[in-house]
Amino acid sequence: MTVRPERIVVVGASLAGLTAAHALRERGFAGALTLVGDEPHAPYDRPPLSKQVLRGLFSTDTTLPRHPDLAADFRLGTPATRLDLDARRVELGDGSRLPYDRLLIATGTRARPWPDREEAALAGVFTLRGRDDAQRLGAQLQAKPRRVVLVGGGFIGFEVASTCRDLDIPVTLLVRDAVPLAAALGPRLGGLIGEVAREKGVDLRLGAEIERMEAEAGRLTAVVLKDGERIEADCLVAAIGTLRNVEWLDGSELDADAKGLRCDGYCRALRADGGVAEGVFAAGDVARWPNPHDDGALVAVEHWGNARAQAAIAAANMLAGDASAMRRHDHLPDFWSQQFGLTIKLVGLTEGADALAVVHGSLEERRLVAAFGKAGRTVAAAAIDSARWLPAYKAAIRERAPFPPIEGAVDQPRIRVQEP
Amino acid sequence: MSGSTLFEQILDPANRDNPYPLYAEMRKNPVSRQEDGTYVVSTHAELARLISDPRISSDDLPDPQKFRWTGHPVTDLLVRPVRAEIRKRHRPFIFRDPPDHDRLRGQVMRCFTPERVRGMRAKTQKLTDDLIDKMCGKTRIDLVDDFSYPLPVTVICELLGVPPEDEPQFHGWATQLATALEPNQRGDEETQAKNEVCFNEIADYIQCLIKEKRKDRQEDILSDLANDADGMNDFDLIATAVLLLVAGHETTVNLITNGMLTLLRFPEHWQRLRTEPDLAPRLIEELLRYEPPVHYRTRLALADIPVAGITIPKDAPVIFLLAAGNRDPLRFPDPDRFDPDRPDNRHLGFGGGLHYCVGAPLARIEAEVALVSLVRRLKGVSRIEDPPPYRPGASLRGPRHLRLTLEGVAECC
Amino acid sequence: MKVVVDLNRCQAYAQCIYAAPDHFALHGKEALVYDPSPGEAARGAIERAVHACPVRAITAYPDTDTKVGETR
Repeated sequence: MTVRPERIVVVGASLAGLTAAHALRERGFAGALTLVGDEPHAPYDRPPLSKQVLRGLFSTDTTLPRHPDLAADFRLGTPATRLDLDARRVELGDGSRLPYDRLLIATGTRARPWPDREEAALAGVFTLRGRDDAQRLGAQLQAKPRRVVLVGGGFIGFEVASTCRDLDIPVTLLVRDAVPLAAALGPRLGGLIGEVAREKGVDLRLGAEIERMEAEAGRLTAVVLKDGERIEADCLVAAIGTLRNVEWLDGSELDADAKGLRCDGYCRALRADGGVAEGVFAAGDVARWPNPHDDGALVAVEHWGNARAQAAIAAANMLAGDASAMRRHDHLPDFWSQQFGLTIKLVGLTEGADALAVVHGSLEERRLVAAFGKAGRTVAAAAIDSARWLPAYKAAIRERAPFPPIEGAVDQPRIRVQEP
Repeated sequence: MSGSTLFEQILDPANRDNPYPLYAEMRKNPVSRQEDGTYVVSTHAELARLISDPRISSDDLPDPQKFRWTGHPVTDLLVRPVRAEIRKRHRPFIFRDPPDHDRLRGQVMRCFTPERVRGMRAKTQKLTDDLIDKMCGKTRIDLVDDFSYPLPVTVICELLGVPPEDEPQFHGWATQLATALEPNQRGDEETQAKNEVCFNEIADYIQCLIKEKRKDRQEDILSDLANDADGMNDFDLIATAVLLLVAGHETTVNLITNGMLTLLRFPEHWQRLRTEPDLAPRLIEELLRYEPPVHYRTRLALADIPVAGITIPKDAPVIFLLAAGNRDPLRFPDPDRFDPDRPDNRHLGFGGGLHYCVGAPLARIEAEVALVSLVRRLKGVSRIEDPPPYRPGASLRGPRHLRLTLEGVAECC
Repeated sequence: MKVVVDLNRCQAYAQCIYAAPDHFALHGKEALVYDPSPGEAARGAIERAVHACPVRAITAYPDTDTKVGETR
């Protein structure tokens, strides 16, 4: 590991891969740099795909900016198919082999397909993850479908619902849980977003699941819910989660499964026996590592901000020489969502939170900051249209400040600690 | 001034031309308590943190001093106390916290549209060209009186819809009212008495203007505010208009003058700006770091705030020494070097957080148009004196005069 | 050109909207939407937006020739 690397291969040509490539060059890596991507597109940005791209605002080309002097060799449209740790070599779908001194695995995730294959293949049934997905769905929305059914109670579902309403398309949003977005925001804030969606004309169904789809001549015509209700619709988007792209690592001896590729705190990939795989690192949605903000629990954080932060740390550590010079990945998870004209931002991890307090604004105004507590400590904060207060709460979360963290502040209601 | 505290030395006009060594001294304690219980924050990390800390309030105007009796009971018992109370309740939004701050500022932002600001670029260029044309044939100019002052003042008048011919009368008002930013002046009886008179005069003037705008609506911000603003009564409207007028006065004057002085001190950058106008946006951001028009702002702690190993106690006055944070070597390598190519220049030249300068987009346009035009057209420019004489203000810091000799003025292209 | 904004970092200061109003917009109070692929003619405006952002959340580079240094 102490020998300076001459050849670096990055598998995964998306946000994490490209960020790592930039970081490697910024840190002076002058050797051969290869990025491997299964899609034919140069690295592109995904968050706009569920919003402005579908809506047809601005350009649909979300190719990420690349430094003019990046000097990377892009192997696009060729998936990696096999990793040979002993030979330090990646094999690609076209049969070529790429030897490496350092390898970054940033293969990310893909959309979880609709479980029924025949239904998934119907015209009018979509998933949304990549640029091509957005292009197809966008074209369908521009053609004004009679009704769009969205399946899935996560942020993508809500963002697409918001876009449909902007385009004045009738939309039904099916959420399996009793409260939407509860996993990320807790029931109280999730419920608030649900209310907003209803006001904007979304037909929001909670506790609803699809029994089967109906079709004519291979085109979706309706869905039938488990409770027997039939909803006519010619477009359906399944936003039911993701699958990690780890299959190509089968047989590599890396500790990878459906939950992700296991790493240590320095972004080093681990072998199934728990040892460090020399020279192999991971970043982005595919990586699962002990999170210092969650008492070292193994987590994968599928967010834009984590992909960038983790890729930068992995790049630094790839060039660090030995472990004593490596930096720990201690990024505090953060994300944003834009829907129905609101900007929702979250920092920290709300999982397991046992308390919530609105610390600025109010639920009624739909302009607020809410802090989340867990066993008396501040673990997360959510802002709705109040982004400028968030850095103060981010600092409190980093310091694991007592909950509630900041008292006596401006624009602060009387603090009432409630269930999240 | 021996025996005076560091911050007193910063306020001392004798140190106005180069406060930066004092700032470096100040930064040795990121947050330092002064004898009077004020806390001065001078390092970038602590400023960046506290500027968006919700326990810091902008509602820090001192209570009015007791009035000296005039002997007229109606004046003493009714008119003045009522006016003072109105003024306090309807103070401008730089001295307010949300939600009131956000409501009032939001009304202004609705009028201060990108389209309107974009439209000011061509007008600024025309005014700039005219002012430089007037320098033709002159061998000596005072950049402040001949250029830096008239340009932004004409621009703000135009944008607000204030007749530029009335400008001379509120020039004095603006200067007087800016004392509300200076902690060593704002509380004293004489300044407050002067400010009271001054505010009443400017308020009467604005009130008349608002009436006119309601009768005869024009394409300007005051017309929009007077006719469309919801939830803004006339007292708020007057306070807001006065704020925009005053804030539009000295700050951009300083930015342009400081810019020219800096370019004269570093002629390689004068040359670069002449030949690479694309440099302007970066150069102006660096200028906002290196010689910002506003050096500090005052605040109030609403709760005990632990920071940098000490605790700022509840109710303590706080001073954000923004210009010191801009020269913090922990944030900006080689901070005393003027370097437009500096990466990641997160300066505090326009403040930050909720109170980030409303006029920033306009100031950027004015500075860019002015500096690019001046370096292109003025030939053989030399300073007659360096340092130039400064205005007394320590917060709104800038030269009172910048006297230059010229060899010539190029034609407008 | 190609543009990306770190919307975790963005605090809706809206300076980009003044610098390049054809390529950045706010929908609602804080939701920034922007053109990820503006034409080369917008370069000056985009550069102004990059430098005016108080939190430096905007990254922009000129389009790179996809043929150079790349293989498929």
